[in-house]
Amino acid sequence: MPSQNKNGLKVWQKRTARESIFHWVLWLIGIMIFTYCWQQISKSTTWFFVWDAPRIATDLWTRATPPKWEYISQLGKPIWDTLNIATLGTIFALIIAVPVAFLAARNTTPSRFLIRPFALLIIVSTRSINSLIWALLLIAIIGPGVFAGVIAIAIRSIGFCAKLLYEAIEEIDETQVEAITATGASRWQVMVYGIVPQILPAFAGIAVFRWDINIRESTVLGLVGAGGIGLQLSSSLNVLAWPQVSLILIVILIAVVISEWVSAKVRGAII
Amino acid sequence: MNTDIFNVQVKIGKPWKKPPFVQSNLLRWVLITGFVIYLIAAYMTIDVNWSRVYEGLERGKKFVLAFTNPDFTSRSSDIWEGMIESILMTVASSVVGILISIPIALGAARNVSPLPVYLICRGIIAISRALQEIIVAILLVAIFGFGPLAGFLTLSFATIGFLSKLLAEDIESMDKVQAEAIKASGAKWTQWINYGVQPQVMPRLIGLSIYRVDINFRESAILGLVGAGGIGATLNTAFDRYEYDTAAAILLIIIVIVMALEYLSGIVRARVQ
Amino acid sequence: MLKLDKLVKTYKTGDQALKEVDIDVPQGQVLALIGPSGAGKSTLIRCINRLVEPTSGKVYLDDIELTSLSSGSLRRERRRMGMIFQEYALIERLTVMENVLSGRLGYVGFWRSFLRKFPQSDIDEAYRLLDRVGLAHMADKRADELSGGQRQRVGICRALIQNPALLLVDEPTASLDPKTSRQIMRLICELCRERELAAIINIHDVALAQMFVQRVVGLRFGAVQFDGPPEGLTPDVLTMIYGEEDWEATIESVDDEDDLVTL
Repeated sequence: MPSQNKNGLKVWQKRTARESIFHWVLWLIGIMIFTYCWQQISKSTTWFFVWDAPRIATDLWTRATPPKWEYISQLGKPIWDTLNIATLGTIFALIIAVPVAFLAARNTTPSRFLIRPFALLIIVSTRSINSLIWALLLIAIIGPGVFAGVIAIAIRSIGFCAKLLYEAIEEIDETQVEAITATGASRWQVMVYGIVPQILPAFAGIAVFRWDINIRESTVLGLVGAGGIGLQLSSSLNVLAWPQVSLILIVILIAVVISEWVSAKVRGAII
Repeated sequence: MNTDIFNVQVKIGKPWKKPPFVQSNLLRWVLITGFVIYLIAAYMTIDVNWSRVYEGLERGKKFVLAFTNPDFTSRSSDIWEGMIESILMTVASSVVGILISIPIALGAARNVSPLPVYLICRGIIAISRALQEIIVAILLVAIFGFGPLAGFLTLSFATIGFLSKLLAEDIESMDKVQAEAIKASGAKWTQWINYGVQPQVMPRLIGLSIYRVDINFRESAILGLVGAGGIGATLNTAFDRYEYDTAAAILLIIIVIVMALEYLSGIVRARVQ
Repeated sequence: MLKLDKLVKTYKTGDQALKEVDIDVPQGQVLALIGPSGAGKSTLIRCINRLVEPTSGKVYLDDIELTSLSSGSLRRERRRMGMIFQEYALIERLTVMENVLSGRLGYVGFWRSFLRKFPQSDIDEAYRLLDRVGLAHMADKRADELSGGQRQRVGICRALIQNPALLLVDEPTASLDPKTSRQIMRLICELCRERELAAIINIHDVALAQMFVQRVVGLRFGAVQFDGPPEGLTPDVLTMIYGEEDWEATIESVDDEDDLVTL
């Protein structure tokens, strides 16, 4: 692989002999790192299980098929919960993300050196941590249930939405803002007339996009006890009820496909 | 001009209203009331145990305060091992995932591959994207046993779906003329890909790969929850024992590494583009 | 009416955009500001309503000194200075009517403007102005559906509905074709005459300026090089403003075009 890539690079980047050696060394280091990683992983792997894997996989397959279709009657409420976690979580996240985005954008922040770093900190810290971890944390704090799931999804989405939104705010056409300022409008009026109309399409797109992702994420929040269909998945796994597991996986797949379809349709309608 | 037809006097003295976003009155009200009813229904079905939440606030405060005084030391060996495992999984799965996703991306680009190959590759991408990492991890743990191998396979599989799709889109939207010029010189298919396609999509491939490394690291932090290795298991234990200062330490490390990766990817992307 | 007193603008980079500019504009006078790009025309106009903060010097609108005003009183004074932009600077995603009404923002409170509940008199005035520029039938169209010339007309309405005493016009024709450019310039000058408005028009098209205005100020490297009637723009003067070039052709073509217009 390295040599092929190197040849490819050569097409558009001429190198001197020294650079060429440098690149070889870089590739060598890369390969060494990868080999080391692989060795470590394989060291902590029980290879007996791995060689046994095909048998276990076929075994699982026979046990999981056919799915236990009648179990669907018990999935109505969990699906409804999952939908609520995603939707309410997205709404809460947007309510917080909008002001954070305005505080973080270079052209709208009230203070570049005090408030902007703080807003960026909120964005980075909420974005870096997966919603499952937020759910774990919230369950420890406010107890298990749908509410913890809603908040976990909301927190995780704040950073994501605020980041995309503040980038959109930074890309607005400044002359439109100038024009509104020149009429003698107040700061808030400039915001409502000069900035908001420009970022509204981006906002709608981000909201729907995140909602789609949140549907996926809320399907598994139940694994840690934060409500939704993941709870059923988790309890079915615990009792090794594989036909139920396969049915739940099918339901989750369908939900994901539907949400992706809805989000694509809505985005298409807006933009 | 058709201003002659338009009589402005009709409009003067009449109130003006902004034309609504949804033109049809009926549809607009159906949408609004539907949304409100949904919100009420959703609110009603979430039973929040407010007294439990209130009790929790105290613990929440403790957790926030823990961030000012994170405890890196008392479980340092667990944290260290978990982090190393997370990083190992990230590196290995990114390398393997990227290497596999390149041929699949080529296969999934309609302008470089024949229809049967295209359909197979698109199918692989669709499956990989539809399955949540954590669900894949559960299945793989069941099949391969506990440990980082399951996590490594999960992340590699997820990388394929993500990278191949975006890369395939990039290949499909590339400049045809450049690729045709290479084809016209009588190049073989591999040469054509190497000279006509690769230079065009290389910057995007590098940018996406680094972005994916970032995502893989973040995901590797949760795979431990289901036994697929990495820092997640340590974190889970810390929460179970209400050791918020240790949890805060782990979260801080994750945040710092993610920030460093994002900073790095910014530099690399600026250089290749 | 408007008086600039030793106006200086030095940017943070050290570029001196304006060097002690003195200009006096009486009521009702339309003044064209010409000069090469980078001469400080845009900066000058923006220093008057303080979209750009001048470094030193004073700006008087009637008897009010603008450069020392607090932000609240500056907003009140900005209402008396309508501004028209090069790229129209309409809010693309709002309707024509909303764009025109946005000129009244300085007069209405936040919530009224947020809910689009402008006073009836403003709405009537907006319709009259749109009718005056021939766009009343487009009131509920979105601004991005309009052509360049139409957008600039809406921009003019937005400036006029402020009921200003002074128009600040920044390259009104730079993004328009020659015919539309003339129509827009004529419209601006007519409206200034009707309403006895003073106007400062930044323009790089010397011929167009000569055609419509009573007074021309030439700016080079941020300093006034010429101030007088359009007839005074001899080749020597133009060389002084723009640098060496064969100017006879430009001036002759102006005469030709003048004939065309009168035809």
